[in-house]
Amino acid sequence: MGAAILTHQNFGHGAPAAGATKTAAAPPPEVVDLPPPVRRPAPLVERYGDDIAGFFRGAIPVVFGIALFITVWAIVSQSSTLPGPLKTWYSAVEVFSDPFYRKGPNDQGIGWNILNSLGRVGIGFGLAALIGIPLGFMIGRFRFLSGMAAPIVSLLRPVSPLAWLPIGLLVFKAANPAAIWVIFISSIWPMIINTAAGVREVPQDYLNVAKVLNLSEWKVFTRILFPAVLPFMLTGIRLAIGVAWLVIVAAEMLTGGVGIGFWVWDEWNNLNVEHIIIAIFTVGIVGLLLEQALMLIARRFEYR
Amino acid sequence: MEKFVSVEQANMSFKTKGGSFVALQDINVSIREGEFVTLIGHSGCGKSTLLNMVAGLLQPTSGVLLCAGREIAGPGPDRGVVFQNHSLLPWLTCAENVYLAVERVFGAGETKAQLKARTLKALDLVQLTHAADKRPNEISGGMKQRVGIARALSMEPKVLLLDEPFGALDALTRAHLQDELLKIVAKTGSTVLMVTHDVDEAVLLSDRIVMMTNGPAATVGDIVAVGLARPRERMALVKDARYHELRGRVLEFLYQKQLRPAA
Repeated sequence: MGAAILTHQNFGHGAPAAGATKTAAAPPPEVVDLPPPVRRPAPLVERYGDDIAGFFRGAIPVVFGIALFITVWAIVSQSSTLPGPLKTWYSAVEVFSDPFYRKGPNDQGIGWNILNSLGRVGIGFGLAALIGIPLGFMIGRFRFLSGMAAPIVSLLRPVSPLAWLPIGLLVFKAANPAAIWVIFISSIWPMIINTAAGVREVPQDYLNVAKVLNLSEWKVFTRILFPAVLPFMLTGIRLAIGVAWLVIVAAEMLTGGVGIGFWVWDEWNNLNVEHIIIAIFTVGIVGLLLEQALMLIARRFEYR
Repeated sequence: MEKFVSVEQANMSFKTKGGSFVALQDINVSIREGEFVTLIGHSGCGKSTLLNMVAGLLQPTSGVLLCAGREIAGPGPDRGVVFQNHSLLPWLTCAENVYLAVERVFGAGETKAQLKARTLKALDLVQLTHAADKRPNEISGGMKQRVGIARALSMEPKVLLLDEPFGALDALTRAHLQDELLKIVAKTGSTVLMVTHDVDEAVLLSDRIVMMTNGPAATVGDIVAVGLARPRERMALVKDARYHELRGRVLEFLYQKQLRPAA
């Protein structure tokens, strides 16, 4: 490290000296005798040193955290019927070695379970976005609608999503649409609320621009409202997908069918606790990936 | 035309918790075609309110405002506004910001290519063709303000309304933009109404300076005609005795007749 810095400094001193003599009117001949500066690539440590150090500074606490978690888990499993980390790991390798098998309606690979759950979340969440976002825009734009919606939203939003399941079963008379209905109702609130808040927060300056340019309602929407609200909308979507993924496990436990929630319940009935732990981790990892993907999209729409 | 823009007996009051607040009272101002008029006064005297009334963003409580013989009923593209804080849309490039205005005014009768040519012409007028594809957050404050001016000019407005356009800029950039504005106005022959609190800026740029008394119930205190010949040169004016006399008159009004009690 020390040597690397020294060579770097030598280059630093050599280069301007050569440049200065070039610009001088009469370059003295002894300048020619100077050894030409050799451009060696900087040592790896110098080029990536900061990155590597930064990575380790970030990674070390994470590694310690996970290690501590696994240790506590291992200790607890010693003195109870809870399967330990190693046993769970071997079971996970087995489960994930064949994720897409099908042996009848109640015994399918974990891949199918995840995909089915994601499918339900996708449909329920998509419908909620389709209805919630335009609704949010209207509530944010028109004070009267906001007054109309406020009591309903604040009354229904705190209700546990699962309380809507019987209503879904009653109306749709089938388990699958009822589960989708629960996802829909639980993920629509954050989208309505955040979109409406975003519309209300559009800076007055931009609306003044719209006024002095006399823009049409459509132009105001596409050029000013929509881009200004987009970051708020994405926050709503992110919150909604979090809730939706949270709720699907519980909903599927009650409705059955293929899905990660049903799988948890099924494995509980089989007393296969390793699989339950695997399911918990799988749900966590998929949720994390969904969140990260949406964060990536949201970051693309940051302007300031 | 003698009175291209005119404000006749205009009053403006706002409703507040403590009742009605009279901001402007008995305002009478007229602007000739091609004239550069500045509104100057201490902060809070309602000069921006008056400009917003001409822009159509505010309606007077009583009185009449006319532009080119027609009553001002609301905002319109015949009056181009440049805001103090540039108000460019951050998700559009400079060219797109200008294009939005161009499209609104000329979109019905012209092809896309013609509209684009207008956009580039407006950016060229403020010497920013090189920044056409940049977003507002990628350019300096002075450049943003120039895009704002280009956007207002691109609509070929009858009147250009400038609301402290250089107030947020540093002194050097401000001087540079004032010189640019002088050249642009000389080239386009625009009718301009500008709000400022900078005495030098007012004398340098205007044909007439409308000096406003302190609020509440602010009104036009006095009007100074700036008889300095155009084109004006900042450096030449520094040595001009008449420049200093005019400057002195405005300063006298602001700091002796209308001195604020420790604002």
